[in-house]
Amino acid sequence: MIRYTIGRVTSLFLSLVVASMVIFAVVEVVPGDPAAYMLGVNARPDTIAALRTELGLDMSPPERYLSWTSGMLRGDFGTSYTYRTPVTRMILDRIVVSLPLAILALALTVAIAFPAGIYAASRRGKLGDMGVMGATQLGVAVPNFWFAMILVLIFAVKLRWVSAGGFPGWGNGVWPGLKALILPAIALALPQAAILARVMRSSLLDMLGEDFIRTARAKGLTRRQALWRHAVRNALIPVLTIIGLQFSFLLAGGIVIEQIFFLPGLGRLIFQAISARDLIVVESVVMLLVALVIIVNFAVDLAYAAVDPRLRVRA
Amino acid sequence: MRLPRSLILGALLTALFLGGALLSFLWTPYDIELLSIPSRLQPPGAAHWLGTDQLGRDILSMIMMGARTSIAVALLAVGIGMGLGIPLGLTAAARRGSLLDEVIMRGNDLIFAFPSLVIAILITAVFGAGAMNAIIAIGIFNIPVFARLTRGAALSYWSRDFILAARVAGKSPARISVEHILPNIANLMIVQGTIQFSLGILAEAALSYIGLGAQPPTASWGRMLADAQTLASIAPHVALVPGLAIVLMVLGLNLMGDGLRDLLDPRIRVDRT
Repeated sequence: MIRYTIGRVTSLFLSLVVASMVIFAVVEVVPGDPAAYMLGVNARPDTIAALRTELGLDMSPPERYLSWTSGMLRGDFGTSYTYRTPVTRMILDRIVVSLPLAILALALTVAIAFPAGIYAASRRGKLGDMGVMGATQLGVAVPNFWFAMILVLIFAVKLRWVSAGGFPGWGNGVWPGLKALILPAIALALPQAAILARVMRSSLLDMLGEDFIRTARAKGLTRRQALWRHAVRNALIPVLTIIGLQFSFLLAGGIVIEQIFFLPGLGRLIFQAISARDLIVVESVVMLLVALVIIVNFAVDLAYAAVDPRLRVRA
Repeated sequence: MRLPRSLILGALLTALFLGGALLSFLWTPYDIELLSIPSRLQPPGAAHWLGTDQLGRDILSMIMMGARTSIAVALLAVGIGMGLGIPLGLTAAARRGSLLDEVIMRGNDLIFAFPSLVIAILITAVFGAGAMNAIIAIGIFNIPVFARLTRGAALSYWSRDFILAARVAGKSPARISVEHILPNIANLMIVQGTIQFSLGILAEAALSYIGLGAQPPTASWGRMLADAQTLASIAPHVALVPGLAIVLMVLGLNLMGDGLRDLLDPRIRVDRT
């Protein structure tokens, strides 16, 4: 396990380095000078030069890459070109919306998908199974942002149970904040829950064909007992992989959903930054999202290497 | 041989949208550049089967034009994914265990860490928004999907006797990949291609919804929804129709993918994520 962990940590580190290089290189080819863009067409050359020095744009690309990455390691994401405030501060302000949203959506995904998948597998080929499978077929076809619009129309406009958008902040207590995130989280979770329910069902059906289930049945367990005591736990391994992948979809998908609900999250930040050509913010938020995806998948890898010793050998 | 029911239903739905998109090159019920404020936000009726939008444009005509954008973007994105992913996967399998294999697979892992939305954001930040960005972003996202699937499927053939026979006959790994392995995994690729096509439709809609995809005057389902957002409470049809178009198109492609899988090979499994 120690050798496996060292190997995984090395590849985690390499992935992060290569990802940061790719992002830096892509943003680097942007035509135009951010300093000139910020100051407008009438700026004097010496003002532009002064601003370039202030923003660190007069350094060579490798120097800037090193100062960007070493800054991030210290938690310093640089200074926004447009707002002149630390990017770290801006990201912290927004991530308290985006991260809870993704986590809430993930919790909902699991809460819907597990019972649905287990139910469908236990009634394989029967009406209940067909119903769940039909619903998931529809669920994967629905765009989450359209589903969000319909949810707003029903629960915010017609029924007035929740507000149609905005975020009151966590300062007024947990409940008002949570309430603002419920509809967005449902909209994000539904399509992912449909996918996860299908994976859960097929993974369970694979397990039900295994010898250890026959043994469990032979020693006198009912189908249902065998399913719950032995199949579900073993079926979780492929399901965990998918959950890891889904977290990244939920985090990125949140960027779209935040637009619909006017949530001040990372999505809003990144769109403002794009239109203002605030590239340091774009660069840093993208790096943060990609790093989160890489780290979550690393954690999932480690989690099931801990659960299943066979996986340690393969890698 | 009996065709699976899902294949028939899926093919019909897909044909409906494909037909509409092709027809739009020759004819649409109304000109979508024709604005008519007096007849704006009309509900579906005899004159406008799917109603009109906030500028009085015929929604059916816009759906037909939008289908063109959706299908073109998704199809090209699948083309990029297959065109680069399959050769990479075949190469990795042919040189399994080598450094090249390792580099290709780690490269795939890296691309997987960039959700297509994030790629689109990066491209837009650099080059500005447009349908081409959507194609590239979704296309890049498709590469590792096909590369991994190809490698996995190809590996299972490399240990088979008929491949051994081809090697004994002196064929090079590249020729074996193309002449013997590719035909055997083609079914799997077609099924996965259908699924990626449907995911491409969804991704295109999301990108144009947030303004990173096709720009005006190109019609797109995602932008129709973005325009409809503030009007949904007074004229629900402007929000419902484009959304339903996306759902039916994606549903059709998914059903077709499932049906094709059952038809071509019941044993193969398709990755939905």
